[in-house]
Formats: sequence, structure tokens, C-alpha cells
Amino acid sequence: MFGKLTFDAIPFHEPIALVTGLVVVAAIVAIVAWVSIKGWWPYLWNEWITSTDHKRIGVMYIVLALVMLVRGFADAIMMRTQQASAVGASQGYLPPEHYNQIFSAHGTIMIFFMAMPIVIGLMNFVVPLQLGVRDVAFPTMNNVSFWLTASGALLVNVSLLIGEFARTGWLGFPPLSELEFSPGVGVDYYLVALQISGVGTVLTAVNFVTTILKTRAPGMSYMRMPVFCWTTLASNLLILAAFPVLTVSLGLLMLDRYLGFHFFTNDGGGNSMLYMNLIWVWGHPEVYILILPAFGIYSEVAATFSGKPLFGYRSMVFATLAICIISFCVWLHHFFTMGAGADVNAVFGIASMIIAIPTGVKLFNWLFTMYGGRVRFTVPMHYLVGFMLTFVIGGLTGVLLAIPPVDFVVHNSLFLIAHFHQVIIGGVVFAVMAGYTYWFPKAFGFMLDERLGKMIFWCWFIGFHLAFMPLYVLGFWGGTRRLQHIDDPTWQPWLDVALVGAVIIGIGIVLTVVQLLYSIKTRDRRLDVTGDPWDGRTLEWLTLSPPPHFNFAVLPDVHGEEAYWMRKQTALKKEQLVEEPDYKPIEMPLNTPTGVICAFFASLCGFAVIWHIWWMAILGLVGAFAVLVWYAWRDEHEHVIPADKVAELERERRRIRSEQIPTWPRPA
Amino acid sequence: MTEDPSETRNVAPGQPHDSMLSESLSYVIGLALALLLTGVSFWVASTSVLWGPGVATGLVVLAIAQMGVHLVFFLHITSGPDNTNNVLALAFGVLIVFLVMVGTIWIMAHLAANMGPPPELTNLHMQH
Amino acid sequence: MTSEAAAVGLTHEASEDTGLGHRGPESKSIVVPYGFWLFVLSDMVLFSALFATYATLAHATDGGPASNELFDRTLVAIETLALLLSSFVCGVAMIAAKRGNMLWTQIWLLITGLLGAVFLFIELYEFATMIGEGAGPQRSAFLSAFFTLVGCHGAHVTAGLLWIGTMMAQVWAKGFQDHIMRRMLCLSVFWHALDIIWVAIFTIVYLIGTLP
Repeated sequence: MFGKLTFDAIPFHEPIALVTGLVVVAAIVAIVAWVSIKGWWPYLWNEWITSTDHKRIGVMYIVLALVMLVRGFADAIMMRTQQASAVGASQGYLPPEHYNQIFSAHGTIMIFFMAMPIVIGLMNFVVPLQLGVRDVAFPTMNNVSFWLTASGALLVNVSLLIGEFARTGWLGFPPLSELEFSPGVGVDYYLVALQISGVGTVLTAVNFVTTILKTRAPGMSYMRMPVFCWTTLASNLLILAAFPVLTVSLGLLMLDRYLGFHFFTNDGGGNSMLYMNLIWVWGHPEVYILILPAFGIYSEVAATFSGKPLFGYRSMVFATLAICIISFCVWLHHFFTMGAGADVNAVFGIASMIIAIPTGVKLFNWLFTMYGGRVRFTVPMHYLVGFMLTFVIGGLTGVLLAIPPVDFVVHNSLFLIAHFHQVIIGGVVFAVMAGYTYWFPKAFGFMLDERLGKMIFWCWFIGFHLAFMPLYVLGFWGGTRRLQHIDDPTWQPWLDVALVGAVIIGIGIVLTVVQLLYSIKTRDRRLDVTGDPWDGRTLEWLTLSPPPHFNFAVLPDVHGEEAYWMRKQTALKKEQLVEEPDYKPIEMPLNTPTGVICAFFASLCGFAVIWHIWWMAILGLVGAFAVLVWYAWRDEHEHVIPADKVAELERERRRIRSEQIPTWPRPA
Repeated sequence: MTEDPSETRNVAPGQPHDSMLSESLSYVIGLALALLLTGVSFWVASTSVLWGPGVATGLVVLAIAQMGVHLVFFLHITSGPDNTNNVLALAFGVLIVFLVMVGTIWIMAHLAANMGPPPELTNLHMQH
Repeated sequence: MTSEAAAVGLTHEASEDTGLGHRGPESKSIVVPYGFWLFVLSDMVLFSALFATYATLAHATDGGPASNELFDRTLVAIETLALLLSSFVCGVAMIAAKRGNMLWTQIWLLITGLLGAVFLFIELYEFATMIGEGAGPQRSAFLSAFFTLVGCHGAHVTAGLLWIGTMMAQVWAKGFQDHIMRRMLCLSVFWHALDIIWVAIFTIVYLIGTLP
């Protein structure tokens, strides 16, 4: 009746997992109770859960990511503590079977349920505003994408309390991940969660590529788009190209595990090296999917806080597209040591080095943007400078790793761990923190506390270096990744420093939460009255904060690069805003529960597949299909915002902006 | 929604802006060509008239031709300026398909050569 | 030109700059099929990974049956014909739909579906026969790859049949409204794309795989 599911699935014998799971359940119950008591369900349902508004969906992605950051980081600090305490005679506090789940969960959560959602969330919130349009091309599909991602995250977290997680690392290499060597449900949780959220991600990519190529404000040709939109385009093209290969890789492994196929098994002619190849065909573009939007954020931040247009716009665009294409030609560098031979290794090694060139072009462009500008060292600017220092070293270690003979020495060592954390933290995390601070006022109408923001930056910057620099050394000394126990006592001081670094990062994360709560509490001191708190250059700063549901009363007419900056300077010079437009009623898409209900059935089906509860799996599938058909049957797709309502909101914006004209800072 | 006929419109993939007659003709020609190419493929695969190793290549060429027939006559992908986005997307897709297939085959062939089982065991594992 | 652009007072020349930027956002009848086209292309990438897998494992028969022992070209020829005709009839259905002819749209859609069902029936028969002879997907890596590649295409065809059925019901219930026509267009793109994949499958798996 319930497949493999019995009460033994609950980890009574693993106190850490059990207690954590119960605490999480208690927190969820508390939150649900509080929301119910306050009567907020109608508001949450109507304004957030069923919303098709890209701004709302963007915020929900970021909230999901921040929650998962806490879980992923908890895994990290457990790993650091284990390694620092399990040297020589000591065995630490985490037995190998548990430790293996922790590093697997850490990687899976951080990449799929922290980094991807937070980047997608920022792209969601910002891109339609920067393009000068009202929403993405497919707003309902956007809602479905979010909820499918959340469904995947939910399943990974359920594994904490019901069953176990994979012990195979974040990529689940066979033959270890085959049924013979991983008979439990852990690998199945991993596979199912990723397949479900993968569907959501591909739909997001369809949405963004279509939006950017087919829906932009009048006059906004490709070469007038903000660089963040270009990087979003490149990143989503990579998602479209790479995620199907992930679906196949994980799908073939599922077929092996569920139906006894022989793709990657040791017997029957299976070839586990094929999995390595396929998963890295996806895996390499994946990291570029994360870093390209990050580069886009840096471009926006550099220009805005240097008070100058971005240096070398065209070369930025070409570098972005070059990185997009080349990133699909380097995947073998993840398995130089698997034995494809010198000629194959050489080709991929050279390609991996070549990709550093357009990246370097970008870096110089950011530097030259700052050079000669009036640089304001706001919190986002701190992250830009921190990135330039940190990422470059990470990139250099990457070029080192691109040389096959060097890679033979340090493949899968702590050197590698240090390299990729350096580029991901220095590149993606810093960018996301910058973007979060930069666009927060646009989303919520008030700024985050600046002082706390700078403290958080320093925690990340100092913490990162303390946590990962020792790992480069340990890597050269032979330290492999994923060690539950360390034999060599001379490594102790280095591991201790690494632990201190992790703790400092932890303080940074705690301060992020504190900053948010404190900023909300004292928001009246930092209200964003005008909607343009940073003297911005791109169209999202045209609107008030937060923007109205329809973003712009009339789609802005774009005449050159930096559409908003030119418009603003014209208004300041003429001392008046553009002529008041002819207000028309605006059609906006309706809200829909399709996403959340579909995700519910997907979660049900996923859980059932994991535990072999076949009747429930079929029910879930049928339910999901039925929801889609039901949705397809509706006749009303849009609601109309009447012209006088549009006029009212727009006139308020014009009034506030007109008042600002006399005192607004003119460029030097 | 007004449309200015003097502007070059963009065209949805699969949607020609011809008349009904030219669209029907497109399908009929497409079907005829596809049937022809299919027939030739089956013939090529069974005849001994052609040089052995060339047969596989010939079949692949015929398959690519037939895919082209489908794209042009059934999916109405053309090289006109109104179709640019559709063609660019297709080109990107073809590039990725090429990289994935050729890359995988190249890599796996090398791995098989270098990392395959020792010759004594070949009898049990790799048989054709 | 959208009403938005018209409201703003379009001031841009058609010749100015590259990219369609001067017009503003495209209409839904352009945007929806383009998005679907992107999805179909991503599906092609999915099949390319399956083809790459098949190519890698084509000779990993583990002492079991190989491709030249298993496939019946006559059956494959019938399947190919069925799917190709189905693709053609789908095109005819689109023409009927654009002319607003309910009866013929339904008839052609039904025939499209029936031909697709013939294809599927032959494929399932082939699978059942192979499994009965001990040449099922669990026998070897080659067979796993075959069943997955061809089976995945078959699963897409099945999904397509469900979609055809749903479309027939929707067209019947709601007529030829804009959003229904957009869905019809997406369905036809999907159906043609499946035939393109089949061309690759019958060539590589069934013809090249059974060469002397």
C-alpha cells in the first residue's frame, strides 16, 4: 500500500538529522499558525502564491533561496567542524554515512536550490523593468516554474526527516549511485527533486529568451539593451541547451535504478564513464548559467556607482556571447584524469584557457568604467571591488587547472574545492548580495541599512579568504575532497583557520537576517520616495518603488543606450518631465492557482516514485495533467486596469519626480 | 491591434504568411519529397550497388536532406528577414546538437580505446 | 504594431538600428509559437543526448542480441509511412482550421491521431516481441539505449496524441478563437518535430543498424 515507506524511514537513530527535521517541522507549524491567526492567508494567496507578476515571483524565488542558503550553510559548517575535529586519532562527531549525505546535500542545495533560484529571482524581478515592458512573455508559466522549483526544494528537505539523502556527492556518479551500491532512497530523492525542478528551470529559460528577443519597449534595439539583459539572454540560452542533457543523464540513471536498465551499471555492458561525460556536458554550462547574470549585475553596479556609462558596451556584448558559446566546448576539463588521452585533453584544455580571455575583457571593462568616474563606495560597490580581487585569483587557479598535467596532480583535491568556491562565492554570491542590496529598494520602497550591509560584506570577504585559502595549500599537500577523517596532524592549524573563516561567513549570514529585520523595523528612516535612490541609468529606476502592477503607465520610448539616463538628463535640462501621455486601460494577466496545484501534484508524484507507491504516483501524474487541462479551459485570461486608475498612479509618480527636479544632483 | 502592412513583420515558426493554396502546395511537395527520400534511404540500405562504407554516410546525408524538407515545407522555416529569429534559434539548436553528439562520440571512442577492458576479456564484454 | 506603440506615437524609422526594437513588444501570435519553438529545440537537444548514448552503447551487447538480428525493416517502413502521412494530414488540419471549417478540422485531426496510433501500435508490438524473445531493455546496455531512445520518441508521440484529443475537444467547445489557434499551431510544430526525430531514428537505428 505504501511501497517501501515504513516508520523505519524516520531517522530515530541519527539524532542530528532527527532533531533538525523536527525543528524545521516545528518552525513550519509555527509559521502556518501565526499566518492563520493573523488572517493573512487571503492576502498571501491572492497577492503572492497565485501571482503571475514577475516582481512577486522574483521575490519568492529569492526568499526560497535565502531559506535554502541557511540549510546549505548549516551543512557547510558541519563539514568544517567535522574536518577540524577529526584529525589523527579522533573520529569527529559525524560517521561517514552521515558525513557523505551532508556534503552531497550541501552541493545539491547550494547549486540547485540556492544559487539558481536567487539568480533566477533577480532576473525575474529586473529584466522586464529594464526592457521597459509589463511582464515576461509567459506570466502563468513563470508562476508554474517557481512552484516546480519549490517542489524540488521541498523534496530535498523532506529527505531529512523521512528517509535519507544521497551519499554520492552532488552529481551522483555511478556505479556508486546505482541500485547495487546505493539501495536506499537517498539517490532517488536527489534524482526526483532535480528532475521536477529541472522542468521549471527549462520553462524559465523559454520565458526569458522569448521575452528578451520578442518583447522590448519601442525603440529598444538589441544594442540598446542593458548589459544585464544580454547576460540574462546568454544564461537562458545556456539553460535551454544544457538542461535537457541533465534530464537525460538523471533519467538514464533512474531507468537503471527503477527498471534494471544497464546504462551505467558494471554489468550488462554498462559504461559509467558515459554518465560522467553527459553530466558534465550539463555541468559546465551550469556554472556559466550562474556567473553570466552575475557579470551582468556587476556591469550595472559599475556604471551606476561610477557615474559613467559602462565602458566598452559592444565588447561586453561580444564577450558575453563568446563565453556563452565557448562554455559549451570545455566540459571534458572536469574529467581530464578519466583517460581520454592527450589529444582530447589538449583540445579541451586549450578551450578552457581561451574562455578566460573574454572574461578578462569584461574585467578590464569594469575597471575602465570605474577609472575617471566619481566612484561612490556603496555596499554594491564594495562587492564589485571584492569580486575583482577575489574572482581573478579564482579564475587564475582555473586556468592552472585547465592544464591537463597540472590537473592530474590536483583533480578532486581541496585545491579544486578552493578554486570553485572562490569563483562561485567571489563571482556569484558577491554579485547576488550586490544585486540584492541594489534592487531591494525598488522591490520594497525602502533601503537596507548601509552600515550593516558593509559589515556583512566584510564578513563574507574575510570569512571567505580564511575559509578557503588554507584549502589551496592542503590540496597541494595531497588533501582529497570529501574527507570525513584526516590522517595528517600537521594539517590541524590549516583546518582550524578554515573553520574560523566558515564561522565568520556564518556571522555574515546571521547579520543578513538581522539587517533585513532591522531595516524593516526602521524603514521610515530610509524610504525610497522617488523610486531612483541611486541615481540610476536603466529603466527600472523610472518607476516608483515598488512599481505598480503594470510597471509603466505607457511603455517608454527608447532613443539610445542608457534609455533612462538620457531621459532623466533631458528632463533636468528642460526642467520638466516628458509630455503627459494619453492614458489607456491596461490589460494584465490574471492570477492563477495552476502553479501551486501542479507543484502539489508533482511533489506527490515525486514522493510516491521515491518510495515506490505506484498508485500515488499515477494519481499525482493524472492530477498534474488534469490541472493543466482545467487551466487551458478558462476563457478569461486578463483583467483590465481602467485608464483613470493608471492615470492616478502615473500622475502621482510625475508629481513626485517634478518636485525633485530643482534639487536633483546634476552630473559633474 | 493594428498592423502596418508596409513594415516587415516577424513570422511565427510554423506559420507562413502565404495564401491557402501555396500553403497546401507546400505540404504536398513536402510529402512527395519526404516519401522520395525515405524510399531512396530504404533502397540504399538494402542494395549492394554502392560501396559498403559509403552507405552509412549516404544514409546520413539523405536523413539530413529529409529533415531539411520537413523544416522548409512543413515548418515553413525560410531565410526571409521575417524569419531571422526562428532561423537563429534553429542554428543555435543545431550547434548544440552537433557539439553534444560529436563531442560525446569522440570522447567516448577515445575512452573506450584507452580505458577499455584488456584484450583477453573482450570476448565476454564487447561483442558485436 | 501594437496599440501600446501606437499610443506612444511611434517615432522610429524601420531602417533604424538592428533588432526589431522599433516596434515594441510583438503580439501574442508571434510570441507564443516562438516560445514553443524554443522548447522544441531544447527537446531536440534532449534527443541528441539520447542519440549520443545510443551511439556509445551500440555495440555493448554483453553477448546478447545485436541490432542486425533484431529489427524488421518492413515494420519500420510501415511505421515511417504512418508517421509521415500523419504529419502531412496535420498540416491539412491546420489549413482547415484557418478556414474555420469545424467538420474538416475535426476529421483531419482525428486522422492525424489515428495514424499516430497506428505508429504507436506497431512500435509497442515490436517492443513486446523483443521482450518476449529475451531482448528486453534489461538484457544489455545496447538494448537499454535502444528502448530508451525509441521509447522516448514513442512517449512523445503518446503525449502528442493526448494533446490532439484535447485540442479536438477544445476546438469543438470553443471554436477557432485566437488562443485556440495558437495552441493548434504549437501542436503542429510539435507533431512535425517528432517526425524529424523519427527520420533520424529510422536512419541511424533501423537502417544503419541493420546494414550487412
